[in-house]
Amino acid sequence: MSGIPLTYREAVALALADEMEADPDVFCLGEDIGAAGGVFKTTVGLFERFGPDRVRDTPISEQAIVGAALGAALTGLRPVAELMFADFAGVGFDQIANQLAKYRYMSGGQATVPVTIRMACGAGLGFAAQHSQTAENWFLNVPGLIVCVPATPADVYGLLRSAIREDNPVIVLEHKALYAEKGEVEPGGMVSLGVAEIVREGSAITVVAAQQMRHRSLAAADRLSEEGVQIEVIDPRTVSPLDMETIVASVRKTGRLVCVQESPAAGSWGATVIAWVVQHAFDALDAPPALIASDDTPIPYAGPLEDLWMPTEERIVEGIRRAAAH
Amino acid sequence: MSTPELAAPELAPSDLLGLHRRMLEIRAFEDEVQRLFLQNVVRGSTHLYQGQEAVAVGACSVLRAGDTMTCTYRGHGAVLAKGAPADRSLGEILGKADGLCGGKGGSMHLTDVARGILGSFAIVGANLPVTCGAALSARYKGTDAVSLAFFGDGATNIGTFHEALNLAAIWRLPAIFVCENNLYGEYSPIASTTPIERLADRATSYAMASAQVDGNDLLAVRDTVWEAAERGRAGEGPTLIEALTYRQRGHSRTDPAAYRPNGELERWLERDPIVLFERVLGERGVATRDELAALRGEVEQEIRAMSERVRAWPDPDLESRFEDVLV
Repeated sequence: MSGIPLTYREAVALALADEMEADPDVFCLGEDIGAAGGVFKTTVGLFERFGPDRVRDTPISEQAIVGAALGAALTGLRPVAELMFADFAGVGFDQIANQLAKYRYMSGGQATVPVTIRMACGAGLGFAAQHSQTAENWFLNVPGLIVCVPATPADVYGLLRSAIREDNPVIVLEHKALYAEKGEVEPGGMVSLGVAEIVREGSAITVVAAQQMRHRSLAAADRLSEEGVQIEVIDPRTVSPLDMETIVASVRKTGRLVCVQESPAAGSWGATVIAWVVQHAFDALDAPPALIASDDTPIPYAGPLEDLWMPTEERIVEGIRRAAAH
Repeated sequence: MSTPELAAPELAPSDLLGLHRRMLEIRAFEDEVQRLFLQNVVRGSTHLYQGQEAVAVGACSVLRAGDTMTCTYRGHGAVLAKGAPADRSLGEILGKADGLCGGKGGSMHLTDVARGILGSFAIVGANLPVTCGAALSARYKGTDAVSLAFFGDGATNIGTFHEALNLAAIWRLPAIFVCENNLYGEYSPIASTTPIERLADRATSYAMASAQVDGNDLLAVRDTVWEAAERGRAGEGPTLIEALTYRQRGHSRTDPAAYRPNGELERWLERDPIVLFERVLGERGVATRDELAALRGEVEQEIRAMSERVRAWPDPDLESRFEDVLV
């Protein structure tokens, strides 16, 4: 393994740099991504290296950012747009859901739409309800989008590179609580879109979890292992499309399914996974599947409230115990 | 009204006649779509372009291969003016397999990427940022291409208009924003929704060049867009053009346009762009009144015959509905 130690945010910058180096048609646009290096420091060094034409600061205009990325993609470029906070996707939602996602279909396949949209998502840092949502579920109901939720430096590096090379629109949600996370990254490595990873093997129960919840589920798995319960943890890495093949194969082995997510339950990827397994692999289940989700409220600001809003390690352990005992 | 400092190159008589024919084709096409609609052959809704032909034809007469165009759900005229084949356009409106978009887009989404027609956008104002992106590509690649967006007066009150004009201005993009002020945003007269009379003035907020032009005067539109295109090609930034015109029909097929004041339609019919251009052609000795009448009849015949042919085209293969969601 020739990996180098990087933080998650450094892995983002490296992926962008590597793709801009590899393809002169790749360029970045977004608010404060240029000389400022990005509000999350994910584009540090790119402006100096690639210049203002390829690392392009924009006004605070999310609709224009996404729409311009679409127009540039239709005319031969490969734009990587940053929307800063995932919550701001709401401002640009028409461009994402109605224009970008549907362009290829409505035109009868006349063009490819190689647009990557990066955004920082997720709770845990006290940003309150308008700057903390994971937001991935907003896009699940829109055919024509690929949605990635990387949890590690290696995954964000590999998925982002794949996204930029992809001829379809891809949303890459970078979890802002993970930006300082360290890990090994293999330069040149790719992670295929739509492929889940079994991050811990086990026989008792299948736990599907992404981003922060993957890390908490792994910690929960360590604790439960001491109790003799061996959990299989699967990171979907892409929530649209979901790698149901890997998930179902695991459920066929364990007979039990728990999804853990940092978002409310209704209309979510976790609910989608469970619905799919119930409809198509009911015979594989020895117990009712469970969804451990965030509360059905906006995300509160105060630390003790926000901590409890999303599944804690404790809640995950409890939920898995219940599912295992069923 | 503003007078452009540059005039587009003089057109040969045959070119003038070509532009006239294009307007006649659009008029006959829209009349035919309306007729088919009333026969329940066209699904959903249609937004017709009769009365505004000089804007699309005049503006697109300036565009070259490599230039791009976006338009709106009232886009049949713009799409035909930029060179999309009439039969495949009507085929799309009729949901046919050989329609421009294979029957997946319909009347509001006519698109012909190979001809630089990046699409008809059915969300008001949504095409303006896309035009910025296409114009950015031209700058990025160092070509002298321009990108032109058609939109209605109603779009000047939606956020994308302001975001796109601002972006185009700060990046000095070769974008041409052509606002077709047809006096009504859907059912509402412009004065009830917009506090200024001269929409071209909105360019001032973006330090952008602007012009107001008689949108029923084909050659005036052409000169104005020519000047804007030259500005864009020279790297001198975008232009907002307000073309004053009139929507001779209602907003969509369910709208009889009963809100129009008495006499308004009649006054505008006297300024019908086709009638006005026939006068120009007569004055310049390009064609006689009889020749023009014959041409009009000939085009109407052609469109009717084309329509008959297209109506017999096959429907899309049912499995095609799963295609083109992703590559």
